[in-house]
Amino acid sequence: MARFGMVIDTTKCVACMDCVVACKTENEVPEGLCRDWIVQEVKGAFPELQMEIRSERCNHCDNPPCVDCCPTGASHVEPLGLTVQVTGDVCIGCKACLASCPYDARYIHPEGYADKCTFCMHRVVEGLEPACVAVCPTRCMYFGDLDDPNSQVSRLIRSRKGHTLLPEAGTKPRIHFLT
Amino acid sequence: MPVLSRRRFLKISSGAVGLTAAGGFAGPNLSELMAAPVPGDEIRTVPTFCDICFWKCGAIAYTKNGQLWKVEGNPEDPLSRGRLCPRGTGGVGAHYDPQRLTAPLLRREKRGQEEWVEVTWDEALGFIAEKMQVIKKTHGPEAMALFSHGIGGTFFKQAFKAYGTPNIAAPSYAQCRGPRDVGFNLTFGEGVSTPERTDIRNAQCLTLIGSHLGENMHNTQVQEFAEAIEKGASIIVVDPRFSIAASKAKYYLPIKPGTDMALLLAWMNVLVNEELYDKPYVEEYGFGFEAFQAEIAPYTPEWAYPKTGITPRMIRDTAREMARYKPASLVHPGRHVTWYGDDAQRSRAIALLNALLGSWGRKGGFWSPVSMDVPGYPHPPYPDSERGKADNPGHKYPFADGALTTGIREATLTGEPYPIKGWFVYATNLMQALPNREETIRAIQGLDLMVVVDVIPSEIAGWADVVLPESIYLERHDDLNVEWFRDPFIALRQPVVESPADQKPNWWMARELAKKLGLGAYFPWNDIHEYLDQRLQAGGYSLADLEQHGIIRGDKQPVFFDEGLVPEFYTPSGKIEFFSLQLQEAGFDPVPKFNPPAEPPPGHFRLLYGRAPMHSFSRTQTNPLLAEMMEENEVWLNADIARRLGFESGQYVRLKNQDGVVSNPIRVKATQRIRGDCVYMVHGFGHTARGLGKAYLKGASDAQLITRYETDPLMGGSGMNVNFVSLELEA
Ligand code: SF4
Ligand code: SF4
Ligand code: SF4
Repeated sequence: MARFGMVIDTTKCVACMDCVVACKTENEVPEGLCRDWIVQEVKGAFPELQMEIRSERCNHCDNPPCVDCCPTGASHVEPLGLTVQVTGDVCIGCKACLASCPYDARYIHPEGYADKCTFCMHRVVEGLEPACVAVCPTRCMYFGDLDDPNSQVSRLIRSRKGHTLLPEAGTKPRIHFLT
Repeated sequence: MPVLSRRRFLKISSGAVGLTAAGGFAGPNLSELMAAPVPGDEIRTVPTFCDICFWKCGAIAYTKNGQLWKVEGNPEDPLSRGRLCPRGTGGVGAHYDPQRLTAPLLRREKRGQEEWVEVTWDEALGFIAEKMQVIKKTHGPEAMALFSHGIGGTFFKQAFKAYGTPNIAAPSYAQCRGPRDVGFNLTFGEGVSTPERTDIRNAQCLTLIGSHLGENMHNTQVQEFAEAIEKGASIIVVDPRFSIAASKAKYYLPIKPGTDMALLLAWMNVLVNEELYDKPYVEEYGFGFEAFQAEIAPYTPEWAYPKTGITPRMIRDTAREMARYKPASLVHPGRHVTWYGDDAQRSRAIALLNALLGSWGRKGGFWSPVSMDVPGYPHPPYPDSERGKADNPGHKYPFADGALTTGIREATLTGEPYPIKGWFVYATNLMQALPNREETIRAIQGLDLMVVVDVIPSEIAGWADVVLPESIYLERHDDLNVEWFRDPFIALRQPVVESPADQKPNWWMARELAKKLGLGAYFPWNDIHEYLDQRLQAGGYSLADLEQHGIIRGDKQPVFFDEGLVPEFYTPSGKIEFFSLQLQEAGFDPVPKFNPPAEPPPGHFRLLYGRAPMHSFSRTQTNPLLAEMMEENEVWLNADIARRLGFESGQYVRLKNQDGVVSNPIRVKATQRIRGDCVYMVHGFGHTARGLGKAYLKGASDAQLITRYETDPLMGGSGMNVNFVSLELEA
């Protein structure tokens, strides 16, 4: 059974937001909302500066509080790739998951249900990469099975320095940022 | 500190203002059209090439149930390599843009008042043809000028040459890359061309001087930049602002604006003094090296330090770093280099630095572009113009090798060397591209005819007598792109969907206008298919093949000296000119010299501008997808200075320049990422055309504040980084 995750090389990302545009054109993301977004984290004082650029999205956490707190079971872990998904029809829009997610990854769709990144599973089942990964002009994103020690994502995590976001939250996020 | 959280991000303010000049095309619900397909949806793909900027990336457009859905890169295309930039991905929004022009418009009130009536194509083109005939009769055909940008201008150029005018210019020369190509031409006998002939992907050391790759999103360049990073290339970035590229650099040089020449001279001084340059290369291909060596002897790092603010140690370290990787050590020539008015000489200094590193003609340096042989469509010879071009009378700018937009504007204002009475403007918003808007407006007010072809009611369209609405690239054919690149190829642009209203492709407009002018013989084909088919057949290729793949690739040819390319330098000496006799004879410095820039007056900052990856010039701000990514620009101000002056991020200010011109309100971005003596904004915002919907009055326009410019004495380029602004809090 696969456990999908992503590796994003922050040294190559240029904050162009192509991943954001591609996600919006690929998926039904209403105006004013987005499933992925860019963070530019600046440290230091001019001219001794460092900047980390990250394309962020739902981490499809191993320990997802959004699933634990969901009263209806709409937020759930899909067997396929163990991704975290929302069944829109079942969701009552109570926003418990929005409050529980430490990454601010969710929004309420204008049609009333909680929504977020799906890892583009409609593409993955067809053998395609998620739209953001496929579009990125710097090729800084990698998608694959974290449980397969030979996958490119596993190899990158082993061979390069990196970090996840808010590991202290205990959510065990599955997006790794290379630095 | 993360600067954006998802819910605070991508807020679109409602409250659209202004009239819809073009009668209002209510856009459909974008998100519905873009929904992921469900079983039963009919998906169709059409290969074409992108036009959100001029780079011409190969693309594959998708329709879903007959409507445009998304655009992706064409994997067969050497420019996009299967991936578009954010603007190309957002190209869908250009089709659905609610602000699009929908029908030909004829001016009703005074010029610039943006009041029109809709007319038919026949009326619009008839009106233009009639005026053009009168202008020709009264003042001669040279009195009409064409301003054009991009491949879509091909057929208009043809029509205007047939009409008899040599006055055809694009801001991409005198307001952008002209000085760079002149500087390289004076040194190597060839320009840098477009797409730039830079082998970034193989560079082991890459030096960027103000070139902000990643923000400046020319797709192939950025892809190769990332490739170089991945391969561990050493990156040196020189910029007054800590750009995205600077954040990738091993060495970041926070230079004082306007002093790049001093740094370049000091770098060359170190390479020569420490004998780190490519000696065999210079000996074999160089001309005038001894004289050059003597000229640069005084320019030590210690000399450059007080001018540039870059320490002698940093100058030496970076010069040695460049030399370590020679000849795979590329000093990027940049693209938009019209900064201080000595730009051709600064570009020449960059060329000379590359010559010392031996990078021209070498892997990891500069390749030589190659192309496929596709003959042009035969047409009758164009009439000769007795009077010649009006833009550069008496060869005042002796090394200008392209037409000067500002020169045509000058001729329009003065009537010298002869009067210019009509402007025809294709796909370039001169109000945001030329310096000193007031001069442009005065020139337009003296015209007998002003025509603009555009897709949205831009500022320049606002000044037109006739506005012609063009189909966007996803709705039309254009001429073939027979590209000059390291891999030769031919690309086809073809329609994916129909135009939503009465917009027309440029080839149709140009041909109909030519017919009305009695010049139909210059367009001896019935439709664009016939034109494209004939051209391809003449070259031995098939249109059907190209329609299916979008790209036909040619055979690999040698593009580096070590691949068998014969080193040739088309200079007077036939060598790389370290010392330029032709410059000396024309009264210029044969080896570049440093001229210190003017200092900002007290309380003022030098105004710098640049690009954002999600916008092209001033033409994408109404694209709903791209506007969502960045809906207004900000003015970057050093955080310590901001604190001292009492400005905070997010506050609206107005910028006032040295001549009292005041900008639209613009948000402050107080940041450590910029020096304290300059401010920076992204170009293309601050629209004042009322038909631009949500983009109207969003952010500020650098072009509006660029009232001063320094003209390059070699070639007439407009140095525009010479304006100073102060900030005033918006009440
Ligand atoms: S598309 Fe790639 S380079 Fe651009 S912001 Fe997204 S992750 Fe970064
Ligand atoms: S990132 Fe947030 S929404 Fe996604 S799985 Fe983790 S907690 Fe849930
Ligand atoms: S660089 Fe971007 S906008 Fe320009 S042609 Fe390529 S994809 Fe289109």
